[in-house]
Amino acid sequence: MGGYGDVQLLNDDGSRLDGRKLDEMRPVTIEAGILPAAEGSAMVTHGLNVAVAAVYGPMEAHPRKIQRQDRAVIDVRYNMAPFSTSDRIRPGFNRRSREISKVTAEALESVVLVERYPRSKIRVEIEILAAEAGTRCVGITAASVALADAGIPMRDMIVGVASGKIEDTVVLDLDKAEDNYGQADLPVGILPNTGEIAFLQMDGDLSLEEYNLAMEYNFKAAKEIHEIMVDALRRRYDGGEA
Amino acid sequence: MSQGQTGAEQRLVTPGMVIGPSAGKRAGSGIVTAEESMIATQLGWLREQNNTVSIDPINAAYMPRSGDLVVATVAEVRNNLWFMNINGAFQGLLPMSLAPWKVEFGAARQHMDVGNVVLARVQEVDECHNVVLTMKGVGLRRLNQGTVESIPVQHIDRVRGDNNSLLQRMREACDCRIMVGENGRVWIDGDADGIAWARMALQMVAQDGHSKAFETILSEMEQTTKGDA
Repeated sequence: MGGYGDVQLLNDDGSRLDGRKLDEMRPVTIEAGILPAAEGSAMVTHGLNVAVAAVYGPMEAHPRKIQRQDRAVIDVRYNMAPFSTSDRIRPGFNRRSREISKVTAEALESVVLVERYPRSKIRVEIEILAAEAGTRCVGITAASVALADAGIPMRDMIVGVASGKIEDTVVLDLDKAEDNYGQADLPVGILPNTGEIAFLQMDGDLSLEEYNLAMEYNFKAAKEIHEIMVDALRRRYDGGEA
Repeated sequence: MSQGQTGAEQRLVTPGMVIGPSAGKRAGSGIVTAEESMIATQLGWLREQNNTVSIDPINAAYMPRSGDLVVATVAEVRNNLWFMNINGAFQGLLPMSLAPWKVEFGAARQHMDVGNVVLARVQEVDECHNVVLTMKGVGLRRLNQGTVESIPVQHIDRVRGDNNSLLQRMREACDCRIMVGENGRVWIDGDADGIAWARMALQMVAQDGHSKAFETILSEMEQTTKGDA
């Protein structure tokens, strides 16, 4: 048992407090094209998390100093709404949102064919309406669907998933209590078709065996979420047919 | 399956989806090849014609190409040139030497001011997306009357039809002059009822263009008399 003493995160029968199995993720729903003003948009609910992403552009990059002569820049703004958590969040950018915006932009730049749009900017807005652990992963998933919806060329979509460790046990998709009182968290951005990793962060310690198991859970969840992403785009444009 | 499509094979593909082996086939727009497989890079309808596999994107930004006819709006005026909004990522540049009038240095605003709409042609696009427009050519002019409606760029070919057949049908149905720019802007000029009819038809393209053929939309619209639109 790790650093939080008496906090019990697993039931006596080994299941989790919300009844999920160790390798079971929270329910995910995705809707594409929800914002008429944006070029592409998506809303993702993942457990109690709700994220909305909107994509604008490609447009001329301003200020000019951010322009790249050979490619587009991806400008991501991740923001948590003041009402997204039980404690009110002070509106505006903070250190955490800056960091998540940066890693999200770098992850998306690795899949978007940025060389098609020199000197341009693709603006991605991610708004977290409700937060319950794992919002950076939900934001990346939403941004990926919104980019596809906007017709931005990409070599693959990115799925954001996370595993972690609670009570010395590796589990998939930490909820709020598990995230707050657990021992480790491993959010990953996975390209489901190629199996590549676009971003990876780790908070806490995992042994090699635990890391491998966590990644196994993450890849399994990424495939499931990817199917939901594709289904959302099909529902939007093809009436749900394959 | 979309009724808005024609061709042999149509299925919706998403970015990253493996379409099949690349051997013996050519990769068209929206497709890349990697490790002998064809991979979709855009959300759209898969199309295979003449051994070339490509994607008809569901959404796409306007990427200007040399020779495109565009409906442009004056965004900025300088002493010797106009910056034109061409509905793309970058503004187009119309130098006074490519305007249809003899323009004195410093007198550009006397010929066209911010907000004016013109029919122009893309003269040149370089690798950094600098766009130069020209208004020297048959039919290129300032549009002093009528209205401009926007449609998604990817639906332009569907609105035109084979040899402009559907566009001609729409012109006759609403008795209006209609010019379709490659940049997704459509200029309509005629009586008020005709303009309203044409705008409603184009708005239906913008709304249902991904699932309904323009011919179907036109047939539905033709049941509506112009005054009802």
